Amino acid sequence: MPRWGMVIDLLKCIGCYGCQMSCKAENATPPGVTLARVEVTEIGSYPNVTRVNLPLLCMQCNEPPCERVCPTKATQIREDGIVFVEEEKCIGCKYCMIACPYGARYFVEDTHAYFGEQGLTPYEKAGYAEHGKGVVQKCDYCRHRIDAGLAQGLTPGVDREATPACVTNCMAKARYFGDLEDPNSEVSQLVARAQAFQLSPEFGTDPNTHYLPAGRLVVAAEPANVVHKKG
Amino acid sequence: MPTNSMAQANVIDIKDEQVREDLLRPLFHTSRRFYVLVFLLVAIGLPGIVTFVYQIYTGMGVSGLTRPIFWGFYVTNFVFWIGISHAGTLISAILRLVNATWRRPVTRCAEAITVFALAIGAQYPIIHLGRSWLFFWLVPYPSERGIWPNFRSPLVWDFFAISTYITGSLTFLLLPIIPDWAMVRDRATGLRKRIYTVLAFGWRGTPREWHRLEMAMKIMAVTILPVAVSVHTIVSWDFAMAPVPMWHSTVFGPYFVAGAIFSGIAALIIAMALLRKTLHLEAYLKPSHFSNLGKLLLVMSLLWIYFIFAERLTVWYGNQPAEMAAFWSIQSGRFAILFWTMVTCNFLIPFPILAIKKLRTITGTVIAASTIVVGMWLERFLIVVPPLEHKYLPYDWGRYHPSWVEIMITVGTASGMVLLYVLFAKFVPLISIWELKGGQHTNPVPHQAQPAVAGTQVRLDPTLPAANS
Repeated sequence: MPRWGMVIDLLKCIGCYGCQMSCKAENATPPGVTLARVEVTEIGSYPNVTRVNLPLLCMQCNEPPCERVCPTKATQIREDGIVFVEEEKCIGCKYCMIACPYGARYFVEDTHAYFGEQGLTPYEKAGYAEHGKGVVQKCDYCRHRIDAGLAQGLTPGVDREATPACVTNCMAKARYFGDLEDPNSEVSQLVARAQAFQLSPEFGTDPNTHYLPAGRLVVAAEPANVVHKKG
Repeated sequence: MPTNSMAQANVIDIKDEQVREDLLRPLFHTSRRFYVLVFLLVAIGLPGIVTFVYQIYTGMGVSGLTRPIFWGFYVTNFVFWIGISHAGTLISAILRLVNATWRRPVTRCAEAITVFALAIGAQYPIIHLGRSWLFFWLVPYPSERGIWPNFRSPLVWDFFAISTYITGSLTFLLLPIIPDWAMVRDRATGLRKRIYTVLAFGWRGTPREWHRLEMAMKIMAVTILPVAVSVHTIVSWDFAMAPVPMWHSTVFGPYFVAGAIFSGIAALIIAMALLRKTLHLEAYLKPSHFSNLGKLLLVMSLLWIYFIFAERLTVWYGNQPAEMAAFWSIQSGRFAILFWTMVTCNFLIPFPILAIKKLRTITGTVIAASTIVVGMWLERFLIVVPPLEHKYLPYDWGRYHPSWVEIMITVGTASGMVLLYVLFAKFVPLISIWELKGGQHTNPVPHQAQPAVAGTQVRLDPTLPAANS
């Protein structure tokens, strides 16, 4: 059984938000829901300041706190490591959103239209019909693409059709996708590098999404780097 | 036999017929003021229900909940009301177990608060759901949907804790009402008689019935204590189990329980003072009762300040960046006004009032209790919101502003709570008549201890009903 994982090279990321847009197009998420997103953060303190584009998505943890707290077992882990929400079962308690330390989960408050008074576009109508209202959504590595691809005998991470939309559309090729169980896969090779890191490993979540650092800054989004003073 | 002056002050020496007359009056005579009050409460409560329907219809977007603060007023109110509910059962059970004779006129007021505060508090997780109409999916029953609750989720623990507590405290409230309802049945006529005949469960007042009631109350008093403690501990674990700065703390269980009892006693004092005035119970709810409860409140106030100090000191000393962000936002940032209001309301005002004997009058305790209820609501709010505004990763920060929807629902449920209590006072004598009479003997303590001893040895003690009724 494979274990799907992703590696995001922060040095290559140019902050074009292509992943965010392709995710929206692929999953037809309503306004306010960005399952894949890019946060632009400043790290360090003057004069050693760097801007880092931090692409975020669900970390697909091996020990997901969100799965543990879900009262109706709507959040589940597949054998291939993908954590997903079965929206039918979700009652919208939002506990998973509190428990997720990465802020990877989104609550669909309402499926209102992007273009206000115009109403829903045909694309929105078709897309929103697949999702519930009052439920929680999260990135699931485009599991529909992976499953469809595998059924056709394709290899996720190699064949575009079987790979998550954000990976195929990354123009800087900063994202890699593949099987972490296979030691020869591209992602396994990258994860084996010394600089590869998981976001906030101190939560004990053991994410399947890994990062490669931007330059010398090994840990990109450590809160310790942001100095909080009073107020 | 301790017969100090305090015990004397608590003895209520009124003739049986007068007691019945005084305490059953609200059941038989309804004044115009009652209807006005009920109308007002409904008028305040109804918009809350309408708003909730509106929220269901349009979606949760109309509330102020926004990323990443998805627990706001609703969860604050939930914790607050569950806290208030600790007034009754816990206080009443403890006072029963230690045979504190002054409890007699107080217990039922307290137990009623428990049941109604729980009923109101339990609404909030449902109001808070994105799909409120599916809340019953938490119930473990085999269904074709294939849904089985996840017993690792603290929310499911909550569901079981609260349903156990509400069942237990309802039983605890209703059991000792049965003899009083029987008394009403014997005095009423017409429709009222028929209703109370059903409610009285065919109570005749035989020795066996009295014995069973006494035993049942003893068993309930012992069982309800761990349930009450576990309920608020589990509510605290909703927070403590989540990786959020300042929540993941071992002190949360006892801290929440102490806060719950604290706010509960305060609510009880307010309710008692209102009942005393409106139902003219001056002869039954005496200043000494308020003074005694005031002392309990003082202890809880000190315990509360100790807990909040212990919690804050360890966070501050630990100096973790993420926790410090939440810490300073409460201590000196955006929430500082609320924090220091809370400390003033929960400690700085009540402490001198309750500590100085001269100030521990009815007015004094009511003032202290009122500030404490406000302070404890703020405490719940400050536990829920500021840490969520400052979760671990700084890119995931946000700000919470409650919307009118949340405020309307909050106000509506508060008035719903009062309404339930007012209606309860209409159908049930709010002071347990038979217990009060049991306490009128000059030497109530051995009398109270007698049934258990006699019951285990002789099984049926013919002197028991004579002492009780």
